Amino acid sequence: MPDAPLLEIENLQAFYGSFQALFGVSLSVSVGETIAVIGANSAGKSTLMKSIVGLVQTKNSQIRFRGNELSGLETHRIVASGIALVPEGRRLFRSLSVEENLMAGGQLKRNGPWSLAEIYNLFPVLGERRHQAATSLSGGQQQMVAIGRALMANPELILIDELSLGLAPIVIKDIYAALPRVTAAGTTAIVVEQDTAQALTVASRVYCLRGGRITLEGEPSALSRADISNAYFGV
Amino acid sequence: MVWLNAILQGVLVGGLYALFAAGLSLIFGVMRLVNIAHGDLIVLAAYVALTCVTLTGMNPLLAILVVAPLMALFGYALQKFIFNRTLGDDILPPLLVSFGLSVIIQNALLQVYTADSRKLNAGPIEVASVKLADGLSVGWMPLIMFVSAIVIIGALQFMFYSTPLGRALRATSDDQEMARLMGYNNRHLYSIAMAISLAIVAVAGIFLASRANFDPSIGPQRLIFGFEAVIIGGLGNLWGTLLGGIILGVAQAVGAMIDPGWQLLAGHIVFLIVLAVKPEGLFPRVDG
Amino acid sequence: MSAQSFRIERATPESRIALAAGPWWMDRNDMRLAGEFFVYLGLATLWNLLAGYAGLVSVGQQAYVGIGGYCLFALAIFLGVPPVLTVPLAGIVAAIIAVPVSWLVFRLKGAYFAIGTWVVAEVFLLLASQWSSLGGGSGISLPISLIRSIGSSRAMREYIIYYETVGVTVAIIVAVYILLRSRWGLALQAIRDGEMAAETCGVSVANAKRLLYVVACAGAAMIGALIFMSKLRISPTAAFSVNDWTAFVIFITVIGGIGRIEGPVIGTILFFLLRETLSDLGAWYLIVLGAAAVGVMLFAPKGIWGLLADRFGWQLFPVGRRLVLTGGNTPSAPSSSNT
Repeated sequence: MPDAPLLEIENLQAFYGSFQALFGVSLSVSVGETIAVIGANSAGKSTLMKSIVGLVQTKNSQIRFRGNELSGLETHRIVASGIALVPEGRRLFRSLSVEENLMAGGQLKRNGPWSLAEIYNLFPVLGERRHQAATSLSGGQQQMVAIGRALMANPELILIDELSLGLAPIVIKDIYAALPRVTAAGTTAIVVEQDTAQALTVASRVYCLRGGRITLEGEPSALSRADISNAYFGV
Repeated sequence: MVWLNAILQGVLVGGLYALFAAGLSLIFGVMRLVNIAHGDLIVLAAYVALTCVTLTGMNPLLAILVVAPLMALFGYALQKFIFNRTLGDDILPPLLVSFGLSVIIQNALLQVYTADSRKLNAGPIEVASVKLADGLSVGWMPLIMFVSAIVIIGALQFMFYSTPLGRALRATSDDQEMARLMGYNNRHLYSIAMAISLAIVAVAGIFLASRANFDPSIGPQRLIFGFEAVIIGGLGNLWGTLLGGIILGVAQAVGAMIDPGWQLLAGHIVFLIVLAVKPEGLFPRVDG
Repeated sequence: MSAQSFRIERATPESRIALAAGPWWMDRNDMRLAGEFFVYLGLATLWNLLAGYAGLVSVGQQAYVGIGGYCLFALAIFLGVPPVLTVPLAGIVAAIIAVPVSWLVFRLKGAYFAIGTWVVAEVFLLLASQWSSLGGGSGISLPISLIRSIGSSRAMREYIIYYETVGVTVAIIVAVYILLRSRWGLALQAIRDGEMAAETCGVSVANAKRLLYVVACAGAAMIGALIFMSKLRISPTAAFSVNDWTAFVIFITVIGGIGRIEGPVIGTILFFLLRETLSDLGAWYLIVLGAAAVGVMLFAPKGIWGLLADRFGWQLFPVGRRLVLTGGNTPSAPSSSNT
């Protein structure tokens, strides 16, 4: 690879109090990739996402974004450097309307392809419901707001935690259909997904986590079903 | 007519109670902090205004222009250096720190200004009034106080619902972790909220000081009036808080008409009745 | 969801209980000071039970100190109850009052609960001021005949009141200790320490908290009756003083170590040392005390005892327990002891 990686994580150790959730995770992501992170419940996928944006305590770890060390920085500074997170469960601001949620996401006013108009173009239903309370929308539409809110920051790297969890299959299809348009606009993506098959359709590379460690890494086409189930379940 | 007059005065005093409440409820809304020192900060503002007026001879109402920025600055520092260190899932540290602060402010004022009652003299406007009917007149000062309360609450409402700062404050109130993920610096936002709260406190302090005698010990009672107005009106509803203040003011005025000893008791009883019958307040915020 | 079963093991193998022995060698001043010491130790232990274990930060416990004091005067003057016997009765009256009060103030969540309890105390203060047969706002003294009925000589009376104070405070500490070791007390501690969620422990948290509240109020009233038995005079502002019966008590507990049964002991000792050395400073004394409490909250939130216990592994009253999960559907690492 000629370019330095966009995101490079070395020996990530993450803790909740005295409980260790990640044990020396290392990974690297290059510009333009779409990475899928798969793994069973409580394998450490969400912890990995939260560690990158500084919401989880880490020790002796290196997280470099465009060559700059992130660990120890406050969350709002990490976000300002160009990383956005779509959290598990969406967590929209309940007292803000759809449009206000999007504007909150865009408050850093970073330059880039995404604007309110572009988000409404990507998810037209949000434009129709822009003045509604965000939490009055259906689960799928809320996920669209959450993705739009993250994109409004014009991040270079978007982290999407549990993209399809709790959503109806038809909605999942819609959201996955929008994903290539996001990456085509130049945004690198890391998608955490329990639905492995779904994740493999969009990913250029896959990491599998089990028990807080990386058990598999590779391109979807190069991985056999047995490789994946072995990494996933540890059989 | 005597009764009507009492009720009218109660309504106007309710504006002052709403001012006590507005700063309190702003802080609670944004960071779930109940500032027990709120009443003592109101009294502190009154003394700062007194010092200003004594030193320069300026009009007390103009002193707002000096005292409000001073208190706002103090609030920013207070939040930045003290309260921000106590924020977390546990409500105990901020509550107890504000309680300690309340005792410190009270006794510091006692040390500097003694326990003597003081009053801010606003000049001829204090006794000027408009006669509405026989036995029914409205003083200019209470009227100015009431209108100021409406203006300040209206401005707060506008700030909250129509400005980027208000959006940021609502976002951080909803989910402070997500707000940080939007790039908001929640500590800075909290400090701004405390600065706004203490600017309102400054206005309340000056009205308090020009309305009646004050001394260093009266802070807790102002905290309680403000708190009762918030709960009667319903959490998270600014106009509800104004109505809560008015209800409290009227209850006290009516209580005082029955028996002077019943003035405060009547206010507390109305509060307890609301708590028993409609604990979410009379005008709760409707979400969504 | 199914309740997760649990058992609780003691964190230290042996119990060590230190009790203050009744000092025979004191003169009158010493004894007055010692009496006050036990008053504050009792009040701080009760406040610690509420704030440190049940998460109920009350700024209104002066309500019950005052109710206790007024029970003494009302029962003795109107019903001729011997003053010494009014103490347990004050506890019962306060418990009966605390139940409906809890229905009201428990509707206020978290920090607003604190101010709600304060309003209730103000209401009792104002009601006492309206009670004209007990002197209204200016208060009343205990009639000479009733004073004599406590004991025939002054020295005798002071001994009786002192030992009753020690007895009540020791009883409070023992009761709190037993409560905290009960299933309810332990569940509350486990919830406080985040070791389990309220709904998984099979204990009604609301009821446990209400029980603790009523006990704390009854205890405060018993101490209140004793305070005003030794003062021989009561007035609404003295009986319902937020500074005397709540601010000092909060500072004692915070500085000593909140949420630890030993905290109030250390806090009360420090409080009296400070008071004896700084009392000439007037208002400065309270400023110093307030600043000390704020400083402890900011830099050592576990208090002086917490610092010492963490450093040396000390434990005077072993109420801390390890929580050992014995079943349930989510695997979880056993948490460490909370002491």
